[in-house]
Amino acid sequence: MDTPRSPGLDGAPLVTLYDEELPPDNSYAFAPEELEEDEMILNMGPQHPSTHGVLRVELKTDGEIVKDARPHIGYLHRNFEKHAENIDYQGVIPFTDRMDYVGSMGNSLAYALTVEKLLGIGVGERVAGIRVITAELQRIASHLLAMGTYGMDIGAFTPFLLCFQQRERILDLFEWLCGARLLYNYNWVGGVSHDLPEGWTDKCRRFLDEFVPVLDEVDSLLSHNKIFIRRTADVGIITPEMAKDYALSGPNLRGSGISWDLRRDDPYLGYEGYDFDVITGTGEHGPIGSCWDRYLVRVREMYECVKIVRQALDRLPAEGDVHENVPRFVRPAAGEAYCRSEAPRGELAFYIVAENKKPIPYRVKGRSPCFVAMGLFHEITRGEMIADIIAIIGSLDIVLGEIDR
Amino acid sequence: MSGAGIIERLVAGLGLAEGSFEADAEARDPWIRLPGDRLVAAAEFLKADKELDFDTLHCVSGVDWPGDDPPAIEVVYHLTSLTKKHWIVLKVRVERAGASLPTLETVWKAANWHERETYDLFGVRFEGHSDLRRILLPADWPGHPLLRDWEWPETWHKIPVKPGRQLTDRAEGGQMTGVGPFD
Repeated sequence: MDTPRSPGLDGAPLVTLYDEELPPDNSYAFAPEELEEDEMILNMGPQHPSTHGVLRVELKTDGEIVKDARPHIGYLHRNFEKHAENIDYQGVIPFTDRMDYVGSMGNSLAYALTVEKLLGIGVGERVAGIRVITAELQRIASHLLAMGTYGMDIGAFTPFLLCFQQRERILDLFEWLCGARLLYNYNWVGGVSHDLPEGWTDKCRRFLDEFVPVLDEVDSLLSHNKIFIRRTADVGIITPEMAKDYALSGPNLRGSGISWDLRRDDPYLGYEGYDFDVITGTGEHGPIGSCWDRYLVRVREMYECVKIVRQALDRLPAEGDVHENVPRFVRPAAGEAYCRSEAPRGELAFYIVAENKKPIPYRVKGRSPCFVAMGLFHEITRGEMIADIIAIIGSLDIVLGEIDR
Repeated sequence: MSGAGIIERLVAGLGLAEGSFEADAEARDPWIRLPGDRLVAAAEFLKADKELDFDTLHCVSGVDWPGDDPPAIEVVYHLTSLTKKHWIVLKVRVERAGASLPTLETVWKAANWHERETYDLFGVRFEGHSDLRRILLPADWPGHPLLRDWEWPETWHKIPVKPGRQLTDRAEGGQMTGVGPFD
């Protein structure tokens, strides 16, 4: 085969912006002239519905078999790190919200923790409790999204509807709490934006009580479904060595059987006082570290989140000003801080370098767990079928807003 | 192991001469700054040593210091040991003009994408990297945006890309964003 691309189709011919000065065709990692017989290059995305955002995957295929794969990212890149050079510390928080846009609470929490570490301030017990509650509810919402869309990727439609119904209830709780459904700007440096409204904790308890039976039902519908297992249990194996080598984190790491959770191993916000289990992949079906293992870690983790939220609600101090420790000016002494936290998708960390007593950070860097997970994509897709690529992308649970930042 | 213990063991293991490195074990995140030519040796030692056992490279960040003498880019490696539950930060300074460092991909594969990102946004070349292409930006994007003196182009292929004055002016002491209780 000569070339898989049509020479006339470079750029976007119908968009007048491009009618001259075409960008060079540098968007392919595989060279057509290096293809062997029967091989071809296949583009998946960036608008493919199963890529969970604008991810473009370039596949080198031989029939249905994927010989090699290269992800192309950057379609959502806005470089908040450059913008952060011109914005005061608190002003960066809305930018972090837009990284992982289906897990915003985790992002702003990680950023706020980093700035607090830089300033050397802590938060009161009530604020810590509220942060734990919102972070764990966000984790449930995020895992519900992962579970529902994963089922749909594989071809199961009902779990998706049930998951989204429950996720909606969490978003309603958040909307009541801070007015926003997805991008909350809720965690501030030294506090949170709003105290819990009256009646919120009761509504939250009621949600937890009603959520667990639904989760049981979805779990029984999907997790041990024979077709689902056949599609996921022997696909996209990540060995524990590979997971460490590529620095995976969160459910992707635990799916490979490594028991590591920052909430237990480097606790923050008083997580050491909560009673919960760290879920790891068991290899119940097929080898350990398969797509099924990663999926099941997320499902089991939701039960642990419910446990944590219940405990946090029980011990939440009745009184406390959530703005008590919010500094009037954020002007840290020269220095740097690196703070990681367990976001729904893995270890989200921020690295901040501060100049002395300046209101604007010198450098902010976000370490995205999805970005890191995508780095291993080419390893686990080699030799799989094209349909399995979809199962693998879904099992890594990526959000492109966070990969591209 | 404590930060001081890790630094001590690394210095002894590599036989670093006094004065050829800087370290701060008392910092919030204990760090050690090495000369660029000892970077790979240090990484290999940190990974192979049974007591240290740094099995994951958590993050690679660049920081631009154009005002220093000589102007430098600092590349910062955050390492984690999942088995020993300890952390260390490696720092390396490279001269800004023609910045280049050896790759750590041979030690931790996670370095591959992090180094591509650092190359993309700072222009630091990683020698020996298997696939050093831009990752977040288009291949023909002008310059490396996270350098402090990088200037916004007005357009890229006729697409307006420069942000409004509101954002760029703030650095010169302009108005602050309205986020927080006291605005």
